[in-house]
Amino acid sequence: MFRFLLRRLAVLIPTFIGVSIIAFAFIRVLPGDPVALMAGERVMSPERHAELMRELGFDRPIWTQYLDYLGGILTGDFGNSIVTRRPVLDEFLTLFPATMELSLCAIILSVVIGVPLGIVAAVRRGSWLDQSVMGFALVGYSMPIFWWALLLIILFSGILQWTPVSGRISLMYFFPPVTGFMLIDSLLSGQEGAFRSAVSHLVLPTIVLATIPLAVIARQTRSAMLEVLGEDYVRTARAKGLPPRRVVGLHALRNALIPVVTTIGLQVGVLLAGAILTETIFSWPGIGKWMVDSVFKRDYAVVQGGLLLIAGIIMLVNLIVDVLYGLINPRIRH
Amino acid sequence: MKTKMMFAASLLAATVLSGAASAKTFVYCSEGSPEGFDPGLYTAGTTFDAAAHTVYNRLLEFKPGTTETVPGLAESWEISDDGLQYTFKLRPGVKFQTTDFFTPTRDLNADDVIFSFERQWKSDHPWHQYVAGAAWEYFNGMGFPDLIDKIEKVDDMTVRFTLKRQEAPFLANLAMPFSSIVSKEYADKLEADGQQQQLNQQPLGTGPFEFVAYQTDAVIRYRAHEDYWNGKQKIDDLVFAITPDASVRFQKLKAGECHLMPYPNAADVEQMRSDPNLKVMEQEGLNVAYLAYNTTQAPFDKPEVRKALNMAINKQAIVDAVFQGMATPAKNPIPPTMWSYNDSVQDDPYDPEAAKKMLEEAGVSNLSMKVWAMPVSRPYMLNARRAAELIQSDFQKIGVNVEIVSYEWAEYLERSKAKDRDGAVILGWTGDNGDPDNFLHTLLGCDAVGGNNRAQWCNEEFNNLVEQAKQASDQAERTKLYEEAQVVFKREAPWATLDHSLSIVPMRKEVEGFVQSPLGDFAFEGVDIVE
Repeated sequence: MFRFLLRRLAVLIPTFIGVSIIAFAFIRVLPGDPVALMAGERVMSPERHAELMRELGFDRPIWTQYLDYLGGILTGDFGNSIVTRRPVLDEFLTLFPATMELSLCAIILSVVIGVPLGIVAAVRRGSWLDQSVMGFALVGYSMPIFWWALLLIILFSGILQWTPVSGRISLMYFFPPVTGFMLIDSLLSGQEGAFRSAVSHLVLPTIVLATIPLAVIARQTRSAMLEVLGEDYVRTARAKGLPPRRVVGLHALRNALIPVVTTIGLQVGVLLAGAILTETIFSWPGIGKWMVDSVFKRDYAVVQGGLLLIAGIIMLVNLIVDVLYGLINPRIRH
Repeated sequence: MKTKMMFAASLLAATVLSGAASAKTFVYCSEGSPEGFDPGLYTAGTTFDAAAHTVYNRLLEFKPGTTETVPGLAESWEISDDGLQYTFKLRPGVKFQTTDFFTPTRDLNADDVIFSFERQWKSDHPWHQYVAGAAWEYFNGMGFPDLIDKIEKVDDMTVRFTLKRQEAPFLANLAMPFSSIVSKEYADKLEADGQQQQLNQQPLGTGPFEFVAYQTDAVIRYRAHEDYWNGKQKIDDLVFAITPDASVRFQKLKAGECHLMPYPNAADVEQMRSDPNLKVMEQEGLNVAYLAYNTTQAPFDKPEVRKALNMAINKQAIVDAVFQGMATPAKNPIPPTMWSYNDSVQDDPYDPEAAKKMLEEAGVSNLSMKVWAMPVSRPYMLNARRAAELIQSDFQKIGVNVEIVSYEWAEYLERSKAKDRDGAVILGWTGDNGDPDNFLHTLLGCDAVGGNNRAQWCNEEFNNLVEQAKQASDQAERTKLYEEAQVVFKREAPWATLDHSLSIVPMRKEVEGFVQSPLGDFAFEGVDIVE
């Protein structure tokens, strides 16, 4: 197991360097520099433009800039945002818990609902239940997030008034962040009703963000189950008279879970991408919107630093999935 | 669960609207996050709303609802006969805010004023680079480094600015957000503590609201300044709930989660007007969108050709298609809310037949041209591509062939400046300081050819008028000169003036005292919630 882990870690290093190069190059390939965009319609003299580019260090050879950036990262310095002038890492750490909280809730929701739905659909293959679950999954998968979110807001917040429209907690609650996770902070604050408010604010964005992963997980569980249900050992289990629940729950599910775990791991990347739209609509102060805005403003430091941090997290999640995978399926380790 | 949630939601709405029992809380659903809280460092309106119009004051202020300047922290001022020296008498007894993070020991004085400008001006000033890469963009952009000769303290309550040349818009520039007056005492303390960055994160000024807290990208909180020189505000707390999506802002407004919102979707405005709980204010924004011909290139060097093309454009159709009515067709290069707007100027009528004839008379036939369409949506032009298509079909009707071109935004801005540019450019402008100079001289003066003057138009008569107006300090005289300049502009037609977009502000019925700013600011001094 240890050697397996070591091997996995060794692969991460070149991947990390590769990502750092892509992140660094990507934003610079886009036409337009941050100084020109800052000026907008207000024309800036070429001298002033050059002066500002120099102050920001963008006049140096590209490889010097890259090495500086790499060197900074190794010492934990991701540079300062060109727009807010604040350290990129600070901004990331302030915003990331919000994205993390929402993503965790969404992934939990999609697993808790998606896996059982997939199992039921597989066991009752061809029935109306299967048809409707797969139908819903297809709809969910194809749902335009923006439209879906607005629809939910108009229905549940506007017409029915069950949930607040947007934000993380009601404005009447105000306490300094401790962990950055609103559910935890609201409990720690000891303010009455704060936790309930935080939960009610989470409901709609969680549903929206979970929609696509839920559909994917349900479909994946169904097809993995179908495959396993046709295996010899399942037939054997049935033949020796085990109750159907044990056959499905123990013998089939454990083996079917292997590809499902991979899918769940891959959905983390999808969630971070989905977070961009979900966060924008629900005024959720996370990293999704932060990244998009910085691309538009050509905030080099934020884009290259943010991409790297996000990539690092996805790599970490994949590593965890790989390890889990190895635990579930000992064959992988060898 | 259902009833509980309903209860929670209605409780929330009730609390926000009644302002948490005793305290009156005003919630503004703002459209974005401030870049920081030092107005000198930034250029975005969102930042100015959050920092400059809440926490700070300036020597002069814009009179609410107008582009005229009135006394602010300066009680009065004198201008020397040669127009080079401006002596400001400061208002006595102006208190800085007392907050959790700082307790001031003295009132506003000349040191604060000098500090506020010198930090932006002098590169060896200890605060000049207190944040990495501070560019002081507006201070430089408005030409202050070349304009100011010296700033002196005459006595504790008197400050004198000496200019290198006459510059009438100088006073308006002092009312701009970058000219906000910062507490030197607070800055000194931060410097001594090695906490200079805090100035940009925990601002402290003399303004109507004091800063309480900012939760990044989520909420900004302010409290009314107890000792505000212009009287304590009627509301106790001011909250900016950052809500980037316009549809969501509208839902929040309807649900009573906020009192006022900026920048609605055009499609929602009708519904807002018919909602009995809401009211809607509207006004032309301080902006203009235009199509700038390259007046140095044939046949666009002939005014009659440009005029003929202008007469072929159906501006109303553009306004309807692109803005769904949230704009008005423009006839002058400055918006109607700006002083000196010349309403007696007659716009070129939309008349394709006459236009066709004029072109023939000018000896132009089989004309092909490029029209540049911006790739981005701006307040003055939401969809330039659509506008360009409409212009294309309008020009088609008079036998002019149009090819639409576009570039990535920064590239577009850069390339459209070129003197030998091929084609007419759709672009626009949002005013900075409410002074006509900021449109007429900045966009159409001879100095700006190859830069902001996208028409590459240098007309001696026009240029003389705007140069004279820049130097005259009497507003009546300046008004006359600018009115005349607009007549010359219309006659020479370097641009087709397309539209001024409307700024529409929806709010709850119970909001009182909000005054719409022609400068596009959202300032909450004087607002109240009346049940």
